[in-house]
Amino acid sequence: MTEPLLTPVLDDDGAPFWGYAAQGELRIQACADCGELRFPPRPCCPHCRSFGSEWRRMSGLGRVWSYVVPHPPLLPAYAALAPYNAIVVELTEAPHIRLVGNLVTAPGAPLDSFPPDRIRIGARVRVVFGGEGLPQWVLDGRS
Amino acid sequence: MPGIKDATAVVGIGQTPFAKQLPESEKTLACRAILAALDDAGIAPSEVDGLASYTMEETDEVEVAKAVGLGDLTFFSKVGYGGGGSCATVAHLAAAVATGQATVGVAWRSRKRGSGPRPWKNTTVQLPTPAQWTRPFGLLRPADEIGMLARRYMHEYGATRDHLFNVALACRNRANQNPAAMMYERPLTREMYMTSRWISEPLCLFDNCLETDGALACVIVSAERARDCRQRPVYVHSAAQGLPAQHHGMVNYWNDDPLTGPAWTAARHLWKHADFTPDDVDVAQIYDAFTPLVPLSLEGYGFCGRGEGAAYTEGGALEIGGRLPLNTGGGGLSEAYVHGFNLINEGVKQLRGTSTAQVPGAATCLVTAGEGVPTSAILLRN
Ligand SMILES: [Zn+2]
Repeated sequence: MTEPLLTPVLDDDGAPFWGYAAQGELRIQACADCGELRFPPRPCCPHCRSFGSEWRRMSGLGRVWSYVVPHPPLLPAYAALAPYNAIVVELTEAPHIRLVGNLVTAPGAPLDSFPPDRIRIGARVRVVFGGEGLPQWVLDGRS
Repeated sequence: MPGIKDATAVVGIGQTPFAKQLPESEKTLACRAILAALDDAGIAPSEVDGLASYTMEETDEVEVAKAVGLGDLTFFSKVGYGGGGSCATVAHLAAAVATGQATVGVAWRSRKRGSGPRPWKNTTVQLPTPAQWTRPFGLLRPADEIGMLARRYMHEYGATRDHLFNVALACRNRANQNPAAMMYERPLTREMYMTSRWISEPLCLFDNCLETDGALACVIVSAERARDCRQRPVYVHSAAQGLPAQHHGMVNYWNDDPLTGPAWTAARHLWKHADFTPDDVDVAQIYDAFTPLVPLSLEGYGFCGRGEGAAYTEGGALEIGGRLPLNTGGGGLSEAYVHGFNLINEGVKQLRGTSTAQVPGAATCLVTAGEGVPTSAILLRN
């Protein structure tokens, strides 16, 4: 009955990220010349202006940088799950690279699966991939 | 180098009523506000040769000019980034008039955000960047995007919901003095704030601006011409836009310091060209689509240090008689949300001495546009 959740609207710069994500890999664009990571992806390196880039595999480990718990009014598909969490994760190997996502209980679990009152800034998280090709985050049990 | 300092003045302001729903179209409301501002200035519409508005403004220059009977236009500009463009409309006209590109400029904004659609509900015009990195995860609305920065701000600096309440309360108290404000007869209490419904935790209903139908306009002419106008001139002392290096708009999560936004960039330029400092500002109109934008802006524009914006709001600092009375018409939170244009007109009223919450002897006013997006600001003086 409800509409589906939104899927990423791809552009030339972002398409490789989603292609790797569909294969279960978290890769971030890096400059092929100076090596600096950059996100969101873009055609040219803001550090050395090189147009060469590569997609570097990341460990998938990070920490919760911030989070919100949206409540209605929302798009119908999201309202049906509210309150849910949306988080920003900073990657362990590159803290200035931050990804928006959802903290869930298991790969493929819905946006509202993790209790909002248990989310903490600084919590260690690990990327997982559900069925939709979107990266999700679970608490990292090794911490 | 000749600049724009005090070279131009706002000599007319106009506005329509503000309401959740007005029967007239945005175009009609725009015409009414513009004609009211010109009448306030005592300038005939046929003398207008410059226009400025927002890229989000639906009524274009052709429609406005032919409807209200403007003269031949020689300067017209539109500024992007929603509420970030408010003060830049005045700044562009000030620059145009100061450099001879126009002689009478009108800036305006008309919007039926109260009865019209919410922009974030439109899923067909999602920009690939940055929306692909945020919207699928349910970060859908400006309140969610700013809420993310607000949570981090609260975490880093010990800011609390009481600090955000101080902002909401100051705006509401001023609206309660302003018969034109949507919240004129609606006092706010701490109890109401703390028990209101969430919009996007940590932001509740009262941390969010109003949804308003309404329009406003103002008239800018040279300082020389201003002396002959009907109203006391309010001079544009300094003006700036701000788009910081590696800034990402409201989803500013991807640089080294996401909590240092466009206000800092605009402020550096603004104060560099001003004869006075933040300590000399008598009254401020700070863009308040969301309460956390106020402490961030207080820091950015130099009223306090980094991380001190929340504490700055304590002890009634933002109230009349406080350290920095702000949003004296009620602001976007409690007067009307028309992309910040009411903040410009309220700044003019303060320096004319005609505000409904007048700061005694106010001679300088800072007006800012939206923090968290490419922004703009002006310093007004009388
Ligand atoms: Zn490079």
